[in-house]
Amino acid sequence: MTLLQWIPVFGVIFMTVATIGLGLWATRAAKTAADFFVAGRSVSVFWNASAISGEYLSAASFMGIAGLLMKNGYDALWYPACYAAGYLFLLLFIAGPLRRFGAYTIPDFAEGRFDSPNFRKVAVTFVLFIGFFYTMPQMKGAGLVLGAILNWPYWAGIAVVGMVITFNVAFGGMKGITFVQAFQYWAKMFAIALPIFILAGTFNHYPTNLKKIATTPGEIPSVWPDSTQVDRVQTIKGQANYPANVLACSPLGTTVIRLPEGARIARLSPVRTPREGEDRIENLLRVIRYPSKNNAGGDLAQTVYGADDGPISIAGEAEMIAMGVPVTRGGKPVMEDGKPVMTSAKIEFEQKTKLAISPGAPSPNTPTNLRWIEPFGPMTSKHGYPLLYTYSLIIALICGTAGLPHILVRFYTNPDGRAAKRTTLWVMVMLGSFYVFPPIWGTLGRLVQPSLYVTGATDQVVITLPNKLENPLLGAVLSAITSAGAFAAFMSTFSGLLVSMSGALAHDIYGKILRPRATPQQRMRMFKIAAVVIGAASMGLGLLVESFDIAMMVGWAFAIAACSYFPLLLLGAWWPGLTKFGAGCGMLGGGVLSLGAIVTSMLLDKKVIPLTVSPLTRSLLEQPAIWGVPLALGLMVVVSKLTAGSIPEDVDLKMLRLHAPEELGFSKNYIEH
Amino acid sequence: MSERKPLPDRADTARITRQIMRRQAGLSVRVASVFLVLILGLPLVNRYAPAIAQARIWGFPASWLFLGLLFYPVTVALSVYFVRASDRIEAECRTYFDSDGDGAAR
Repeated sequence: MTLLQWIPVFGVIFMTVATIGLGLWATRAAKTAADFFVAGRSVSVFWNASAISGEYLSAASFMGIAGLLMKNGYDALWYPACYAAGYLFLLLFIAGPLRRFGAYTIPDFAEGRFDSPNFRKVAVTFVLFIGFFYTMPQMKGAGLVLGAILNWPYWAGIAVVGMVITFNVAFGGMKGITFVQAFQYWAKMFAIALPIFILAGTFNHYPTNLKKIATTPGEIPSVWPDSTQVDRVQTIKGQANYPANVLACSPLGTTVIRLPEGARIARLSPVRTPREGEDRIENLLRVIRYPSKNNAGGDLAQTVYGADDGPISIAGEAEMIAMGVPVTRGGKPVMEDGKPVMTSAKIEFEQKTKLAISPGAPSPNTPTNLRWIEPFGPMTSKHGYPLLYTYSLIIALICGTAGLPHILVRFYTNPDGRAAKRTTLWVMVMLGSFYVFPPIWGTLGRLVQPSLYVTGATDQVVITLPNKLENPLLGAVLSAITSAGAFAAFMSTFSGLLVSMSGALAHDIYGKILRPRATPQQRMRMFKIAAVVIGAASMGLGLLVESFDIAMMVGWAFAIAACSYFPLLLLGAWWPGLTKFGAGCGMLGGGVLSLGAIVTSMLLDKKVIPLTVSPLTRSLLEQPAIWGVPLALGLMVVVSKLTAGSIPEDVDLKMLRLHAPEELGFSKNYIEH
Repeated sequence: MSERKPLPDRADTARITRQIMRRQAGLSVRVASVFLVLILGLPLVNRYAPAIAQARIWGFPASWLFLGLLFYPVTVALSVYFVRASDRIEAECRTYFDSDGDGAAR
């Protein structure tokens, strides 16, 4: 490795050392049990807001949104917008009451609100469940980044992030990580914003770039806009990573692909799904096999393949040519808006295949400028119900944010309900300033580094784009900054998850269920043990998910939170008639059914379940929030009405504690100083 | 606060609770509806009024400008309004208890 390649590594090392150092420094102040669990409730509004924002901006926010926007265009803007808007709902309906109720965890709230220790157990299960689902993608991100900048194996990144954070949490508890997370917010803000201002000097400003895309609606960026580009060998991911192993060629031009020896194509199909009655396309792909070494004088062999041909194996070296082919019905071209409809080859490889693509070819796996910049592009219209898909996505993201347990725990570190509202307000300012930037990265990536479309690795755009600068030293320094930012993202989010899960084990399971008489010291010791156990389990789970998609796993966590915790908190805080049976049925029903729908959708994608379902059902399975949230709310209301006899007797007092200002003296803290 | 006021009796508690909750909930629902009209209306504008959604403003398509940039200050403005109004409701509630409201509550 050259010195330049080491520069990003220094960025990562700096962030890791800073995290350990700040953690140790803050830990000296953490003495009591309250310090451990809720940072002594002494954190000021500004620092608490920084810490919440730092914790919330995860791998998905720092790397994922830029990558998703580069891949899907406008539709991906819903992600950052709704991630931020979720906090508005938290502020309007949940933040103040939750803090006033004086419970430390969601399970505390569940038990205190319904006087039911059993309900605590259900709630604890959900904290751990959602927490682990959210942990896995962070771990995967850490493994990927160290792989991308250092060529380290996948497990190395997981080990570094896992051990550093477990150490910090076990020693400092909540107080130890609050300052670290606050620092990490500002580090991430700096890392996502500063490089953009420098890159814009070379690659134009945001509005200029968008205008360029909008004024050439029919075009697709070419793979290597710069023909002096040397690095033409790209890895196509294997079938395990479906659909990233797919090379969907554009009908707008000719794509020449050079294949290595022994490449195998699993399936060949047209990129545009054929309609009823259209002819099979005979000439999708031309494969030219070069003479092999032991047959040096032999001829070039050319074979033409059509739709649904495959598997195709290529013994020696070969070149493939894909170009636009007209779609026909009964031998006559199919017309749309006076123009013949064209299609091209979609090539699915059996495993990772290194290949080279001719300079100037339209980039495969890339929507046209028009489909990219306008709403209802490839992401939301893939099953044919773009409006439904968009609405369901909005509901999942907003309600999911308002129901994530590791975020909700943070509200208890506010001194009172008023501070909780002010903190949320500041969080929205901080998140809003951050979320303006990832779409700028994604737009730049489309114009400057379209090669990422070929590998499907658009998630890396934040890390690799700076290397496209002409000055290699400046590129390496900027890449070091974004790598450090990405590490801050994994570490801060994992810290928060680890605190909330360890808290659930030490405070809810040990302190309230197993040993109600444990002293604060015993609980603190239990917290440390729990942090180590859960940290180890998270690293183990992280190793298992290398072949899963980051966005998919985060989607699971959001959908479960939206259909379980959000309805519980909303109705629990505002409707006196909610009973423990109603809340339990709604939480379990909504959470379990939506998880089942997402898993079914994934199995359909991977063709594990050999069923054809209607596009409408398919959309509803993939994005279940549009029916899951109303279902959970409805179940809660109906079952509560049926079991109205079990409403706690002092429900009015509970409501007063949720909504009356602290000075009136109705509040009570579960953890005293 | 070291000294705690005695809790009002059951009937009063219920009445006061309902009053505070109704005002707070009314405020939350009002702000939420403004927000929901914006965020749920945008896909409809995109769908049925593409000429507006794609109009060019400072180089941005209008819909992109709103969702990618202006959306954030708008949500912050809504939150500022909510926090102020909510503080006002609580301040009124406090004066109700602190002043001769004590008698009224009992």
